[in-house]
Amino acid sequence: MSSAVETTAATAIAAISTRGVARDFTAGQQTIRVLHGIDLDVRAGELTYLVGESGSGKTTLISIMCGILWPTEGEVQLFGTDIYRLSDSALVDFRLRNVGFIFQQYNLIPAIDAASNAAVPLIAQGMDRLEARERAIELLAALNIADQADKLPNQLSGGQQQRVAIARALVHRPRLIVCDEPTAALDARSGRRVMDLLREVALADDRSVIIVTHDNRIFDLADRILVLEDGRITHDGRDMPKDH
Amino acid sequence: MVWIAIRMLTGDATKFYGLLFGIAFSTLLITQQLTIFVNLIERGASGVYNVPSADVWVMDPVSRTTDVNLPMPSTALDRVRSVAGVEWAVPHLRAAASVRTKEGDLEGVSVIGVDDATLIGLPRRMALGAADVLERPDAVVIDDVGTTRFFPVGYDPVGERLELNDQRAVIMGVADAIPSFTSQVTLYTRYSRALNFVPGTRNRLSFVLVGAAPGVDAKALATQITQDTGLRARTRDEFARDGVDFIIENTGIPLNFGITVLLGFVVGVAIVGLTFSLFIRDNIKQFGALKAIGVNNAKIRRMVAAQAAMVGLIGYGLGVLGTVGFIWGFSSNPTFKGFYIPWQVPLISLVAVTLILALTGWIALRRVLKTEPAAVFR
Repeated sequence: MSSAVETTAATAIAAISTRGVARDFTAGQQTIRVLHGIDLDVRAGELTYLVGESGSGKTTLISIMCGILWPTEGEVQLFGTDIYRLSDSALVDFRLRNVGFIFQQYNLIPAIDAASNAAVPLIAQGMDRLEARERAIELLAALNIADQADKLPNQLSGGQQQRVAIARALVHRPRLIVCDEPTAALDARSGRRVMDLLREVALADDRSVIIVTHDNRIFDLADRILVLEDGRITHDGRDMPKDH
Repeated sequence: MVWIAIRMLTGDATKFYGLLFGIAFSTLLITQQLTIFVNLIERGASGVYNVPSADVWVMDPVSRTTDVNLPMPSTALDRVRSVAGVEWAVPHLRAAASVRTKEGDLEGVSVIGVDDATLIGLPRRMALGAADVLERPDAVVIDDVGTTRFFPVGYDPVGERLELNDQRAVIMGVADAIPSFTSQVTLYTRYSRALNFVPGTRNRLSFVLVGAAPGVDAKALATQITQDTGLRARTRDEFARDGVDFIIENTGIPLNFGITVLLGFVVGVAIVGLTFSLFIRDNIKQFGALKAIGVNNAKIRRMVAAQAAMVGLIGYGLGVLGTVGFIWGFSSNPTFKGFYIPWQVPLISLVAVTLILALTGWIALRRVLKTEPAAVFR
């Protein structure tokens, strides 16, 4: 872990900046504040973990940071753009060009093959389907599953599906990669392999990777760990606090 | 993205075929029922269509259709002939009679008396024999659908004797005629002979059939005849329309068919709506993921529209094809003789299918559009 931090830290620049971010949810008559004035800077070139118990607000925070959930208060800057000052359509377009997602359940489209799934962001950007597919296959090759390019998701193993999901998150060369519990369904060895893979293919000097997890088996692979408790960041460091 | 939408749709074979079935069934029900309805009510005008040479039909002012008429005095024929613009005018008799069949049963028939000299009033085509067979003694020509009521299918009725209102009649030919609304057996004979076959009152002339002189407009001629004679005169198209209107106004057919068409629409909405919403529900995570990735609502709308359009076009095509198959399959059945699909019917079905898909697609789309991208992280 430390070697990675050393190599990336030197080139780290601010990628995400949140100031006073708060978020309320209304349940019936009751309004519940799940995030309390989060001030945070995430640097590019870092593998940042967002850690916390269920209900701690990590999903809400990651959703706000990547531009899919409006904060009740505060502002979020992604690579210098105040994203919640953008119009709805501009924000969607910003996300399409700047954010890559790896969902916990992959959310691949069952009816299209692996290469086409990986090519979705490029197709959504308007690239010709076949050209987008070629680009996706190159990435699948880098992830060692080019031979599975023509297979449907249900013909792939869980690990292979995850690689397709990683390829989909990277294919359009976004500057922010967001991963939701990428190792939750994997055994320890596979989980570490996925994290190595992410570090290898996703991390770059001009790109930030944020991972939401509570998998303590991979905490040692992080460049930075943010612990969230009851909507507040209670820890920010390279390692997990001793009491966790 | 449209390609992805289509693959999402066809990738789930059960729902795809369910949607196709819903649309095809709905289209079939609407198209087939409307086709039967239109053809059935058009039979209210069959008496007019069977005499294509008559430009104008002249009748007593109270007569309404070929079957609902009040006979006129025979002098009406001369009065009509005297109107300027009339090229020719011939008598036409239409009356009900009874035929005792070989089995001893009594069958109601319609007797049509056509002009003795010109035989105007006979259908244009004969299925068996020639029109001039009516010159022979006691000769009648039966309509082709009528033969199936009296004789076994494929039986040649020429030469068969009938007891028509207690008088001898001999079938000498078979006319290729459009069946009447009631599919009653029709017997054509010469006017003078029809007067003997059908007992009646002092007035026996049902209609005067008129041919317009060259260059004379039928509508103007009809107006002129009415003006000069006081009789009711209708052009062929007007009188055909009168026959159709009579059925619409005096039977429950439009209501019954209308209910079936409505049911077809409701069934379509139900099947397609249910299947579409199941399809969307099963794919909501994928749609949510697409929204998170950055696929905007306009593209999502296009995706759902493409799915609806594909299901609609194929389902609609199958439904119309089914109706064509139905009409073709039953074309040899006398009940469906001459049935065709008016161009307006598939158009109405298309509008109905579009409405079904627009309604169900809109409901399905609402759910997709309401899905927050953030839901994919939950």
